[in-house]
Amino acid sequence: MSTLLEVSGVSVTFDGFRAINNLSFQIGKAELRAVIGPNGAGKTTFMDIVTGKTRPDEGRVTWGEKSVSLLRMSEAKIAQAGIGRKFQKPTVFEDQTVQENLLMALKNKRGWLGVLFYRPSTDHLEKVEELAAEIGLYGELLRKSGELSHGQKQWLEIGMLLAQEPRLLLVDEPAAGMTSQEREHTTDLLVQAAKTRAVVVVEHDMEFVRRLNCRVTVLHEGSVLAEGSLDHVTSNQDVIDVYLGR
Amino acid sequence: MERSFVAKNPSVLVFLAILSLFTLGVTVLSEGFGIGVISTSFVKTLGKTLCLCLIAVAMDLVWGFTGILSLGHFAFFGLGGYMIGMWLMYERTRLIVVESLSQADIPPTSAEVVDAIGTQIFGVVGSSEFPLIWAFSDSLFLQLALVVLVPGLLALIFGWLAFRSRVTGVYLSILTQAMTLALALYLFQNDSGMRGNNGLSGLQNLPGVTASQDLVSIWFLWASALALGLGYMLAAWIVAGKFGSVIRGIRDNEARVRFLGYSVENYKLAVFTLTACIAAIAGALYYPQAGIINPEEMAPIASIYLAVWVAIGGRGRLYGAVIGAAFVSLLSTWFTGGQAPDIPLGFYTIKWVDWWQVLLGVSFVLVTLFAPKGIGGLFDLWTNHRAPQRYGAPLGPDESALREMEALE
Repeated sequence: MSTLLEVSGVSVTFDGFRAINNLSFQIGKAELRAVIGPNGAGKTTFMDIVTGKTRPDEGRVTWGEKSVSLLRMSEAKIAQAGIGRKFQKPTVFEDQTVQENLLMALKNKRGWLGVLFYRPSTDHLEKVEELAAEIGLYGELLRKSGELSHGQKQWLEIGMLLAQEPRLLLVDEPAAGMTSQEREHTTDLLVQAAKTRAVVVVEHDMEFVRRLNCRVTVLHEGSVLAEGSLDHVTSNQDVIDVYLGR
Repeated sequence: MERSFVAKNPSVLVFLAILSLFTLGVTVLSEGFGIGVISTSFVKTLGKTLCLCLIAVAMDLVWGFTGILSLGHFAFFGLGGYMIGMWLMYERTRLIVVESLSQADIPPTSAEVVDAIGTQIFGVVGSSEFPLIWAFSDSLFLQLALVVLVPGLLALIFGWLAFRSRVTGVYLSILTQAMTLALALYLFQNDSGMRGNNGLSGLQNLPGVTASQDLVSIWFLWASALALGLGYMLAAWIVAGKFGSVIRGIRDNEARVRFLGYSVENYKLAVFTLTACIAAIAGALYYPQAGIINPEEMAPIASIYLAVWVAIGGRGRLYGAVIGAAFVSLLSTWFTGGQAPDIPLGFYTIKWVDWWQVLLGVSFVLVTLFAPKGIGGLFDLWTNHRAPQRYGAPLGPDESALREMEALE
């Protein structure tokens, strides 16, 4: 399987604290991967680096068939290249309707002039309706997203990610604050999404990771501690010591 | 979704209807065209108020919708006024000079005419040379173009530098204020080429127009109303579509918009520059009605007033900005014009000329604290726009999730 994203030898220091230490990571084109690790292991910083929010001090991050370096691209350019990110807190635009949120995320021209003259076509509206149905928000299209429940906001954000049609999805703790039923739905969505694209899930909840049934990368103090199936890493002594043993 | 723009935005139609009725009403009541109930000076005040409403619409676009608290838009307003003022002053002085020189035995050469104009205009700052920036002042067309080009270019360069460095929030406000102050201080200098603190004057006299001010004031009222109507429609059209969605997103969560793949800097720059141009057009219509422009007009306090108008009117809705600007500036005229009755307290008499600013400041604080939607928020009661009743229930288990009070807007 060819690699979609390759991070190699990346380090980043904040005020003398090494948040990421010689981290290497790769993921294929249609793969589901869970990233786990204790607090401060560098999970969020890792996502920040891939999405261009944080610039590493050293190392390489390359993307796609042509191995383009992501390090010199702006956040917006990286997102346009096909990397979507879901934040830990549900960050939808609360002041706007579900439909507006999804339309904004829908893969399309992103330049300001194009957007200024853009008016949603029937085609796009149908696509938005399909997506809304998929995330269980069909009936809420015209509601302001600030009125939605926490779980619904999480889904809306996942829906926005899918609307972007990214080739790589970075998902930060998707199951936080969800009921068990909502979790199941979320698992299905992620597994489904990973059939056609790469999905990286950062998660604390072991039960949730087990249900994803995928390869797991364990981070600790900014570098990879272990990688493999969940059973493989949970039997690893180092992992037990730093993470599970607590 | 096949409905037309106006059908989806009924407030635009209502606004245009009210604006037309207002303009018609003032015309009928004016001295120039009607029965003379409204004095010419008050017609000018109303015309100027329309211009202030237009810049308030621009401010609402940049602050209420995009979240950039610019304290520099009155600088663009003033620059627009200066640009049109240069032509008005040059052309009127030229007509006077040509008239007086035509009495001479030998017809004057064109160089002599230009010299005489220079002496007339710049004598007050001890000079007679035309500075380079007056190079196009003899052409109405070019100066009209400069009304938009100069402030537009300044906004483009300033915005590019500021947004590219990701300066946001209060730092950006301070930066815009610094720009405004620097510009005003520069223009205060006698050798800035804009007649220092004398500014440009006599702008109410249109060159070559013999009609009385009674008529001219009505023309300007019409022009201001037209500009406000067009500006309002443009702004409403901008915010109605996906562009509006994106800029409101930038206001609420800039980083999220970036991760959706939108280049936030370009959007901010586009809005900043566009609103600077709208502000400049408003200024170019305002100062011929005011008759005089000087650097004092561009002092940072003017831009702060602008923010106050928009906040009191209700930011994030265009008619709110218009209401705020009209309401506060007309009230201000009433209070500071000595028309408001003094309040004798026995030991002290409240003179509104002195106390008006205190009243304005207090009401600004009260509006911000207790009615963040401003006057425009009253329309929500009227149109029965009900916020969802969740009876104070939190919207989610996460602490970051908004509670009912915050999610209403």
